[in-house]
Amino acid sequence: MNTLDYIVLVGTLVSIAVYGLWRTRGRRDLHDYLKGAGTTPWFVIGLSIMATQASSTTFLSTPGQGFESGLGFVQNYFGAPLALIVIAIVFVPIYRRLNVYTAYEFLGKRFDQKTRLLGAGLFLVQRGIGAAITIYAPAIVLSTVMGWSLNATILSTGALVLIYTAVGGSDAVNLTQKYQIGVIFLGMITAFGVLVSKLPEWLSFGDALTVAGGLHKLEAVDFSFDLHKRYTIWSGIFGGMFLALSYFGTDQSQVQRYLSGGSVRESRLGLMFNGVFKIPMQFFILLLGALVFVFYQFERPPVFFNQTAWQQRAQGDAAPKMRALETAFDAAHAQKSALLKTWIEAKHGGDPARIEPARAAALDAHDRVEAIRTAAKQAMSSEPGKAAKDSDYVFITFVLDHLPHGLIGLLVTVFFAAALSSKAGELNALGSTTTVDLYRHVIRPDAADAHYVIASKWFTAGWGVVAITLALCATLTENLIEFTNIVGSIFYGVPLGLFLTAFFLKKVGGTAVFWGALMAQGLVIVCYFSTDIGYLWLNPIGCGLCMLLGLILQAFVGETKTNPG
Amino acid sequence: MMPAPEPDDSDTGLPVLRSWRAVYLFVLGCFATYVTALAIFGRYLA
Repeated sequence: MNTLDYIVLVGTLVSIAVYGLWRTRGRRDLHDYLKGAGTTPWFVIGLSIMATQASSTTFLSTPGQGFESGLGFVQNYFGAPLALIVIAIVFVPIYRRLNVYTAYEFLGKRFDQKTRLLGAGLFLVQRGIGAAITIYAPAIVLSTVMGWSLNATILSTGALVLIYTAVGGSDAVNLTQKYQIGVIFLGMITAFGVLVSKLPEWLSFGDALTVAGGLHKLEAVDFSFDLHKRYTIWSGIFGGMFLALSYFGTDQSQVQRYLSGGSVRESRLGLMFNGVFKIPMQFFILLLGALVFVFYQFERPPVFFNQTAWQQRAQGDAAPKMRALETAFDAAHAQKSALLKTWIEAKHGGDPARIEPARAAALDAHDRVEAIRTAAKQAMSSEPGKAAKDSDYVFITFVLDHLPHGLIGLLVTVFFAAALSSKAGELNALGSTTTVDLYRHVIRPDAADAHYVIASKWFTAGWGVVAITLALCATLTENLIEFTNIVGSIFYGVPLGLFLTAFFLKKVGGTAVFWGALMAQGLVIVCYFSTDIGYLWLNPIGCGLCMLLGLILQAFVGETKTNPG
Repeated sequence: MMPAPEPDDSDTGLPVLRSWRAVYLFVLGCFATYVTALAIFGRYLA
């Protein structure tokens, strides 16, 4: 990065934050601070929901997922439109009718206070970890490739978002997210355009898709019913729907976004905006990754994309082995490029007798290159026989090596803007839940609004400090976007079970559902660590167990007074 | 202070999609179209 890139990066991020603070100055009413002034239009709510969900891992890690495994990850989002419709029909009218600040207030009204605290507690634990990942994930990748200090990267981004979220509240979050997502779209579309323009002249866009498809990167939908596969249409629709129901319907970081609208209409349309655009957005980002893959078929990529780690290892005892891998990779990659070109030329010639052998030869060459890459990943792993992951470094490597200055700054701004927008939504929700469900409800019930606004600012800042501290201590080995979804899947099923029990099992009372939820959460954790089923299935399992155990325990508890919403 | 509870809004305020049923069917239609298009896209180019 040069001076121009740093001007783009710092200028964009700081100016959006300052503008958000200036526009929302002087908010002293609790309702305005937590829910906004009620004037947020539906498309801003829609963008805000999208920005809260799409963290920097979405833009940093998802293209790497497309590069490594193709488009199959898009199935993860197949359940989202269905879940958003259910939330618009069932959840939104209830939340708005009860005029709640947080989703967990509803649990208190429907069941009892201990169930409300359980729901809020599960959210605080899960989202507190999530907020740390949100800030750690881009920092680890960007600091590695840029040579920045990891701790300084975490501290600077964490401090910026902490200040404008704590001071400005919900409206500041909505407002900054609108501009941040604008920068993100601009950056990603520009990167897509530059990438396509950098493909070899003889390779049309259609040819690039042929290469990606021929090398199994465009298989988006898998109809096989295999519980052990991470991404199939069935795990996407059923598991993904439960994940999305829980995330959008019961996670305060999202509930707070659509409750900031002035009416049911604004909230519903904001959700439907995401129902329409979520899948195309994820498809676009994965396709970008698949096209980066095509680009690197004709441009020599690094053997291992985390080049900093590779170079450190290459300076030690393993140097001869690393050099041998690089030499073998150079030869195999050059041969593959030539064979892919032969295949595409044969395709242009239209002679079926030439096309299929050329394609088979290219696939063989691809397998040889992948075998060398796998050996390189194993050489980089600290565990014998296991392969180290480098997919999070693919897109940033492309950006730094092949985009012009100015655009590099824009794309790095995209990664940070996504981190800030997502973290702002999380901190805003953590502060609100702590204020409304714990402080105002348990500790200080009768204070004035101004007191709660100040308390909320301090709680928001406190959660920012907790997230930064956890991020400073974190280490991750999974692909970042998958890790985020795995943590979510472990903790999302049970809260959803609480809410669905509240909506649909009117006979189940607070005590039964409380103990049922605790037991279900324990069983989900055991299930994750003792089986190898795809993690998306943990969402329906947790939800189903919570509802079932609630029903069973209710039979023992007997008649319970409930307070249906 | 919290404002008074509000009624469920029945009008979507959108051109063409005037009822909520129409909005939900539109979203479902988009979803079905995406899944079908992705399945065809992957199979055609594999």
